[in-house]
Amino acid sequence: MNIFILIVLIAAALWTMMTRSLLRSAIGLALTSALLTVLMFRFQAPLAAVFELSVCAGLISVLFIATISLTQPLSKQEALEYMKERISRFWYLPVIVVLAGIALSLLPMKLELTMPSPEIEKDVRMVLWNLRQFDIFGQIIVILAGVFGVVILLKERQ
Amino acid sequence: MNSSLIIMPFLGVVLLNLLYKTAFKKIALGIGLALSFYQALLCVLPGYFTWANRLDVFGELFRFNLVVDPLTVVMLLCIGIVSFVTLLAGNALIEDKEQRFNFANLLLIALAGMNGIVMVQDVFSLYIFLEITAIASFVLIAFDKGIASLEGAFKYIVLSSVATVLMLSSIALFLVISGSTSFAAIAGSLKVSPDVYLAMFAIAIFLCGLFIKGGLMPFHGWLPDAYSCASGPVSILLAGIITKTVGIYTIVRIVSGVFGFGASLKQVLMLVGAFSIVLGAFAAMTQKDLKRMLAYSSISQVGYIVLGFGCGTTLGIAGAVFHIFNHAIFKSLLFVNAAAVEKQTGLKDMDNMSGLAAHMPLTGTSSIVASLSAAGIPPLAGFWSKFMIITALWMSRYYSYATIAILASVVTLGYLLTMQRKIFFGKPDASSSSVKEAAFSLSLSAVVLSAIIIGTGLFFPYILKTFIFPAAYVLGAAIGVQ
Amino acid sequence: MPNEMLQLFWTCGIFAVLIFIIGFYCLLATYNLIRALIGVELLIKAVTLLIVVAGFVSGHMALAQALVITLIVIEVVVMTVAAGVILNVYMHNKSLDVRELRNLKG
Repeated sequence: MNIFILIVLIAAALWTMMTRSLLRSAIGLALTSALLTVLMFRFQAPLAAVFELSVCAGLISVLFIATISLTQPLSKQEALEYMKERISRFWYLPVIVVLAGIALSLLPMKLELTMPSPEIEKDVRMVLWNLRQFDIFGQIIVILAGVFGVVILLKERQ
Repeated sequence: MNSSLIIMPFLGVVLLNLLYKTAFKKIALGIGLALSFYQALLCVLPGYFTWANRLDVFGELFRFNLVVDPLTVVMLLCIGIVSFVTLLAGNALIEDKEQRFNFANLLLIALAGMNGIVMVQDVFSLYIFLEITAIASFVLIAFDKGIASLEGAFKYIVLSSVATVLMLSSIALFLVISGSTSFAAIAGSLKVSPDVYLAMFAIAIFLCGLFIKGGLMPFHGWLPDAYSCASGPVSILLAGIITKTVGIYTIVRIVSGVFGFGASLKQVLMLVGAFSIVLGAFAAMTQKDLKRMLAYSSISQVGYIVLGFGCGTTLGIAGAVFHIFNHAIFKSLLFVNAAAVEKQTGLKDMDNMSGLAAHMPLTGTSSIVASLSAAGIPPLAGFWSKFMIITALWMSRYYSYATIAILASVVTLGYLLTMQRKIFFGKPDASSSSVKEAAFSLSLSAVVLSAIIIGTGLFFPYILKTFIFPAAYVLGAAIGVQ
Repeated sequence: MPNEMLQLFWTCGIFAVLIFIIGFYCLLATYNLIRALIGVELLIKAVTLLIVVAGFVSGHMALAQALVITLIVIEVVVMTVAAGVILNVYMHNKSLDVRELRNLKG
């Protein structure tokens, strides 16, 4: 079952890359995020999966679509020529991916790992708030830096 | 005391923005100056690292885990000095009040980020603070929104994200091997791990990510563009301290604290270092643009640091740490002078400038001091650190690497003196007659940095004893070197 | 470590490497700035998959989830700043072609 989802994930990523218009690429990215969310649910990571779905498949897609619509597309004629030239560069990609997949799966697996010590805290919320407080502080600073970046970059000078 | 170095810049930014009066906007630069001066002052207090760890009020309250050891003290000192100088330069070079306020805020965020990088004990937190510094520097590079700056910023964004992705995949592999993300736990499990291939693969990927961030040679693509297109004070900050903290300090800390010094790791480090030295020096000779030449020179000098560190003996590590300090000072001074020249003449191309020493005596003199220190001429500071690195290489019988280091030093002297002759000496032509000396803040920063170079060169036994050798012993003890 | 966990780790590792290859190829072969950004996004998706699998295999799922949440927050901020830079490039150049951006040589 997992293998099936993984194969569909690869197919979605390929479609994101090879499709002709930018808008479809952004939608493909959202689709890839959704498939990754399903996979994360199956690996028993519900909190991270919800985050991934709401932020990556939602917020970032909106961001991309906003950027794409603010930067106007080419005229129809130019767009058509551009697409033809793109396919000539990009058709190698599925071939490379399939070949690499087959090559890698034929490698002998030589992993010998010991089970690491069991975790102290099982709840994600407890881990975040009790063990990782410094990281939450760091995230606050990151968001502050991002806010400054957006204000500085997008403010028109009078 | 440790976490105050991160919390205070953060509170500074928050307060500056909450209180919406124009009076506060004017003192933004002043707050930055005060904080970086406080940080530099704290580091020169004797025995700072012995009592700093015990006095951490906020750390106890919130369970932060920040440790200051001698290497951290050296880095904090460099960060404080270079931030101070950058704020002085920003005072002189940025005219618009609104721009100045934004610049001060971004610099405070970058200051908090860099202080975090040098003090954490955990790979996860290291990643977060690396990203804080990276985001602040993305915005700083794109600050003046000219097309060249935007191009440099975009290249840096893409390459920095690739480096981050490599580091994160390595962190995931470490999670499988050891089950935790703190330095001590990963180091412990790497020693006893039965699986050699996965561990080596994880180490290799992590180092590749760090080489990209530090601008070492096969992965230096973003560096010349970012350094040369950023505006004056930003290139001082970027070249002086950001690349070194984000790339080189992290390599030193992770290799000595977590990975341990295997023989193949030392060979890789020395090879990458030597490669950067040679290619950086030769590329710098062919440049026409002043800042681009200084960028390639930075790549070359950072190669020295990695070469000295890869050697593995105590003398080599001490030389590398001392060279981090020296490079921060003299490269910042060279970029301060480049910013002054660019502001006063409006030119970037070295061939078009000549004979500026008659009109800008202070800039010319400090530029000579910085160039001689970079090339390693006694008794300035750069000589001692290069001497220590070359001696360490010679004593470990890496004769070819030592010869490469000496020859590259000669090449460095060559291109830096050529730059001096082209820009400052020679006959002044008609277009340079209206050039005046640089503004007061820029001259002040040039004087301060030159004084530090000369002082470090003259008093180097004291500096070695109090700062450099404790750092080398701590790092060396972690590796198990005598 | 039980063999089926190792097998799962190896399989998901291979798929993560494949997504890496797709992302890198996109980054290298595209002439459009926004598509380069989508390539970086795909790389980050691959790393997210790797971290989740690593957490599952080693049993430390809480730590891995905390790492993934932090990664997502930071990724959003980086994408926002990059989008800001792209909008400024567009306002200057009126096009998003990388080939028109190559003014810096050497």
